[in-house]
Amino acid sequence: MSVASPQRVGTAAAVLVLASLPVWVGNSYYVNIASQILLWAILALALNILVGYAGLTSLGHAGLFAMAGYTAAMLLGAGHNHLVSDVVAIVVTLATTAVFAVLALRATGIGFLMITLAIGQIQWGIAYRWVGLTNGDNGIVVSTRPAPLSISLAGAGAFYLATLIVFLTAVATMAVFARSPFGAALRGTRDQARRMTALGYNVWLIRFLAILFSGFWSGVAGLLFIYYNQFISPQVVSLTTSAEALLMVISGGSGTLMGPIVGAAIVVVMKNVASAYIERWNLVLGVIFILIISFMPEGLVPGSARLCRAAWRRLPWGQSPTIDDPAGSMRGGLTSRRMREHAP
Amino acid sequence: MSALQIEGLSKSFGGLRVTTDVSLAVQPGERRLIIGPNGAGKTTLFNLITGELRPDGGRIVLFGRDVTHVPARRRAHLGMARTYQIITLFPRDTILRNIILALLGLSPLRWNAFVDLGAQRDLAERASAALARIGLDHIADRPLAQTSYGERRRVEIAMALAQNPKVLLLDEPFAGLSVDERRDVQKLLLAIPREVTVVMIEHNMDVALDLADHITLLHFGKVIVQGTRAEVVADPRTREVYLGF
Repeated sequence: MSVASPQRVGTAAAVLVLASLPVWVGNSYYVNIASQILLWAILALALNILVGYAGLTSLGHAGLFAMAGYTAAMLLGAGHNHLVSDVVAIVVTLATTAVFAVLALRATGIGFLMITLAIGQIQWGIAYRWVGLTNGDNGIVVSTRPAPLSISLAGAGAFYLATLIVFLTAVATMAVFARSPFGAALRGTRDQARRMTALGYNVWLIRFLAILFSGFWSGVAGLLFIYYNQFISPQVVSLTTSAEALLMVISGGSGTLMGPIVGAAIVVVMKNVASAYIERWNLVLGVIFILIISFMPEGLVPGSARLCRAAWRRLPWGQSPTIDDPAGSMRGGLTSRRMREHAP
Repeated sequence: MSALQIEGLSKSFGGLRVTTDVSLAVQPGERRLIIGPNGAGKTTLFNLITGELRPDGGRIVLFGRDVTHVPARRRAHLGMARTYQIITLFPRDTILRNIILALLGLSPLRWNAFVDLGAQRDLAERASAALARIGLDHIADRPLAQTSYGERRRVEIAMALAQNPKVLLLDEPFAGLSVDERRDVQKLLLAIPREVTVVMIEHNMDVALDLADHITLLHFGKVIVQGTRAEVVADPRTREVYLGF
């Protein structure tokens, strides 16, 4: 409990800072960037359920993200209200995710990756070529943002706060999920699927439910995306989107709650802010990823934590009384890291 | 009624017959040792019994219930537990968490995504008790990656025992252990109550023989000799196939 207390203070402070962001940032351009970070972070967190906790790497999440976006955009275009469109969009996304899961779970590892990639490309093909349904390359315009409880989300600040509420809900559900027995079982299927079966777990069903959970939040992020941009086109369904989401997860640190959020922030900031000053921002983003992978293969968030701990131990006052041999414990840390990497 | 009865079990991998018409019956509370040279099909037999592999023919009956077509995970719920020849644990978790995962496997709580697993006092207490039984409770909170091979072997057996199995299948529990560690594991196995039926594969005859009531000798997937410890050890075919003199 003594650890939880400063953690809670930190969480509360972070929520306050985020909630007051439109006030202290002021400029609506930057508030919009913050909205983008949050909505992409939801997609990255959703993907992290699979990559980080289930050990299943998907390159097809843009398809799930866009399925919700396209469904809602089409229903809105047909004159349905926001509530109906959004609920139906989520249901359709869950149904798609279920098919996606049944097909992809025929394999794990590279096989899983390839099946998800193929499904994502099929969805991209539909968005791009089935012009009668999706309006092809011209995309679909979403003319209005919803007004929940009669609060207009047309302004940058209001939309940001709505996105923040959804984002915090996503973070909270995932924090609860990660600590739950089901979350532990899911991590177990990642580390030792065979053993989990022998212990009485239904590995397939655990993975299936995890993919549904991931698909749900991908769909929610997709809805936020169409309301933010008020437009959706096949570009959203492209492999680039899936790959970017995966980069957010891996660069920030998969299997952690903060990692995908930090990863989303890096990618969105580089794409939007840095690209205004540096023409070859793609190159800079690439270099950043190479640096992260070289020095912190576990990702920016866990990697920074590790480096901070190591630096702290080197300081003369940094030796905590419980560790009588700092060098030895560092060796222990390295060994355990190696074990993790070589764990089947 | 036998605890575990196997009738005419067969399994081939391509053209290679690894299990040929294997039949055996293990009585409740019995300690059965399965021996045989490398490649005799001992581990394959275990994989068939636990359901990790599907047999090509034959039947597996657990306490009178035909489980031949029951999936592996359901067999755990029916009272079957196993250990692996190559230690198969969760290296990122603590010893206690490994045991908790074993307990959770048989609990409906495993589907719950809304509560904190760390706050489940009942599970933690049962896991601690299981660790106390094998004398590892003093290092319960140590990450598995920081334990010795012998400790891991005991954790693996503790995980299986924590599930209160009716039939416990041990695949080479002494493999790779030092003399001291072997003694620890032997003590642990001798302390298993007789309500638990134990089937054990083992190469290490000096420790394993003491634990066995009956022995089954496999060679090229076939049962060559089967009987009480004294009968099998005295049988000339055992010497020929296995003991090598």
